[in-house]
Amino acid sequence: MGYPVVVGAIAMSEALRKMSFEAIVIGGGGAGMRAALQLTESGLKTACITKVFPTRSHTVSAQGGITCAIASHDPNDDWRWHMYDTVKGSDYIGDQDAIEYMCSVGPQAVFELDHMGLPFSRFENGRIYQRPFGGQSKEFGEGGQAARTCAAADRTGHALLHALYQGNLKGGTTFLNEWYAVDLVGNDDGDVVGVVAICIETGETVYIEAKATVLATGGAGRIYQSTTNAHINTGDGIGMALRMGLPVQDMEMWQFHPTGIAGAGTLVTEGCRGEGGYLINKDGERFMERYAPNAKDLAGRDVVARSMVMEILEGRGCGEKGDHVFLKLDHLGEEVLESRLPGICELSRTFAHADPVVEPIPVVPTCHYMMGGLPTNIGGQVLYPESESESRVVGGLYACGEVACVSVHGANRLGGNSLLDLVVFGRACGLQIEKSLSEGFESKVATQANLDKAMARLHKLNSSEGGESISAVREELQKIMQLYFGVFREGESMQKGLQLLRDLKSKIDNLHLRDKSGAFNTDRIEALELQNLYEVAFATAVAAEERKESRGAHARNDFTERDDENWLKHSIYYPQDERIGKRDVNFKPATLDAFPPKVRTY
Amino acid sequence: MLNVSVYRYHPEQDQKPYMQDFQVDTGGKDLMVLDVLFLLKEQDSTLTFRRSCREGVCGSDGMNINGVNGLACITPLSDCVNNGKLVLRPLPALPVIRDLVIDMEQFYQNYERIKPFLQNDKPAPAIERLQSPEERAKLDGLYECILCACCSTACPSFWWNPDKFVGPSGLLQAYRFLADSRDTATEERLAELDDPFSVFRCHGIMNCVNVCPKGLNPTKAIGHIRNMLLSRGT
Repeated sequence: MGYPVVVGAIAMSEALRKMSFEAIVIGGGGAGMRAALQLTESGLKTACITKVFPTRSHTVSAQGGITCAIASHDPNDDWRWHMYDTVKGSDYIGDQDAIEYMCSVGPQAVFELDHMGLPFSRFENGRIYQRPFGGQSKEFGEGGQAARTCAAADRTGHALLHALYQGNLKGGTTFLNEWYAVDLVGNDDGDVVGVVAICIETGETVYIEAKATVLATGGAGRIYQSTTNAHINTGDGIGMALRMGLPVQDMEMWQFHPTGIAGAGTLVTEGCRGEGGYLINKDGERFMERYAPNAKDLAGRDVVARSMVMEILEGRGCGEKGDHVFLKLDHLGEEVLESRLPGICELSRTFAHADPVVEPIPVVPTCHYMMGGLPTNIGGQVLYPESESESRVVGGLYACGEVACVSVHGANRLGGNSLLDLVVFGRACGLQIEKSLSEGFESKVATQANLDKAMARLHKLNSSEGGESISAVREELQKIMQLYFGVFREGESMQKGLQLLRDLKSKIDNLHLRDKSGAFNTDRIEALELQNLYEVAFATAVAAEERKESRGAHARNDFTERDDENWLKHSIYYPQDERIGKRDVNFKPATLDAFPPKVRTY
Repeated sequence: MLNVSVYRYHPEQDQKPYMQDFQVDTGGKDLMVLDVLFLLKEQDSTLTFRRSCREGVCGSDGMNINGVNGLACITPLSDCVNNGKLVLRPLPALPVIRDLVIDMEQFYQNYERIKPFLQNDKPAPAIERLQSPEERAKLDGLYECILCACCSTACPSFWWNPDKFVGPSGLLQAYRFLADSRDTATEERLAELDDPFSVFRCHGIMNCVNVCPKGLNPTKAIGHIRNMLLSRGT
């Protein structure tokens, strides 16, 4: 017992303790644990490094389900229809080779989760229960609404995350629980050779060396004031990559989930509308019939969110301030609500003081998901786009899940596709690493200078004598993003927001770490997280201002149309010169013809 | 103004723990206890607690709130404040790392001990293993556990024998797999629980049921395991 190491006391060039693995996975959510399981089963010496105990990861909050053509509800369902929906949902900047891969291998991934123990809800015939979700169709949009989202009541994320943790316990994965990854270590060739991480319990800082480093750090919804995301969603992987000089893709694409509980921000699953719930304005009108005559409340999330904001802006919002709309569920009856949506009933009673059995839930579009992230190929290898058509692989670095942009979600993610993304690409990442390492991938060991570089940010923070309050700066950042980069965007206001972010930079670089002690120092972690939030926010702002069109979740009042001529492209943010480049979208699926861009209506 | 008294302990600085008093302006709102903790952390950034989802599903912020174990994020002040005062302590029975953060190692070990993963000795089919809605319904009230440790740390039998008595959370999970029609390891699972301590130290006082923030009933699950063990003929 005893806590001999005080991080702040480590001198610049003092040798760090080193731990060595063949592969490390940073993040213990759905994607990270699926990758870790694959790697452990392959026999590679692997560690999963996670800043919270794995079952506290944000995957736990996913509710409605995992979308996949397992042909349970409809025996004739076809993964190609799922692919069509996903491409259309992405507003055509999802990469079709990656979407094809996800949708076609998806069923295998879902069955594997069942075999691992995930307690899916069931149909009478014993197969996995599937419910309708937004943007789903049969027959390539011609056959009406599909029901393709596999669910464990409305707690699918919880059930999935626990099943994956259990699978990893069975498989014998090594976990470094409550360890925080500070920065990637790059060698002289620019390959990633591990990470500098803090053991939160003791405060000890360690260099964790690995031939393959997987970023599975999840999203960064905490850049906004109002978000469904957990406090831990701070974009750590994006921050680490940007500080290494690696570019990020489509960062302007943030999904605002139509139904966050007004005020609290907690998520109310789209499954509510899948089960037959619908949105009403203050006049009791089912307004989605006007905006999306066919799909109505099950149009794409971006479409529904914008419609809600329009209702509110035009004075038809509910409540004293008219600042939200209502989600009506009471007509479904207590039995359906308690069996299919028990978690929602619980959340609504706790956070909205509304019992869905008898009254509607006040809801408002709320930041939910980061479609952008680190560009990767299907095997999760992080890419450095060198031109619109050419990219090179970054040695030793992989990404999967929300931090990655492979890209299966493009400009707008369909509900239920994130959980599928996690397991499919977590696994693919593990397979690719197995392959790369068996082919003998080797990289130069890190020099002291490499390590010093990775330690620089931590050293600076640890030696701060004064400066800005962490919570105050975080609040300022979140307000800027909420105000200038929300559901509707406009050039002039984004430029103002961008300037405010530039002004905030000096404060971000001058945070005051009051608590310099070692043991479970959350003050230090929050400061490091805030710097990551800033990196994400700034990349978002630059990309959003630059994309001069409206596509998917990116809706501009000054460029209201989709511009396929100029912007049927990924945006790439290069951190060195804060510049936006473009990258070609993949239109070459392996087994079928690409789906060409069409006008996107629901 | 709300008076809040918080358990403080820093292993590098304190010989022993102490209670620190704060005053918080809640703006007259019925905040959640976790919101109050954020306000306290603005006053004193060294105050330490775990938190993640803030909606009662991740199980990070289990703590003892005015004498009762619960999750800070879904406990409104109106449910817990007595005479204008809020007293926050770490969950009892496990070692304190710092302030409200406990060392949960023993708790996790007990979870791992019951082999909390599906075991089936038949080869997996090409699709899912079929399960009727009735069979699946047997898992309701079991699989929802969030491993927050509110129950086990409220249980005197766990306080006395944390290394021998599995505790309400672990046993709830044990029954979750015993009850799963897809699991074939029933006999092995029961054999590993068949001793005077693992299950039978539960005396049915139902502290676990009273504090479970998810409304689960570990005592009932333990009763089912007891019956399975007894009808097994031991």
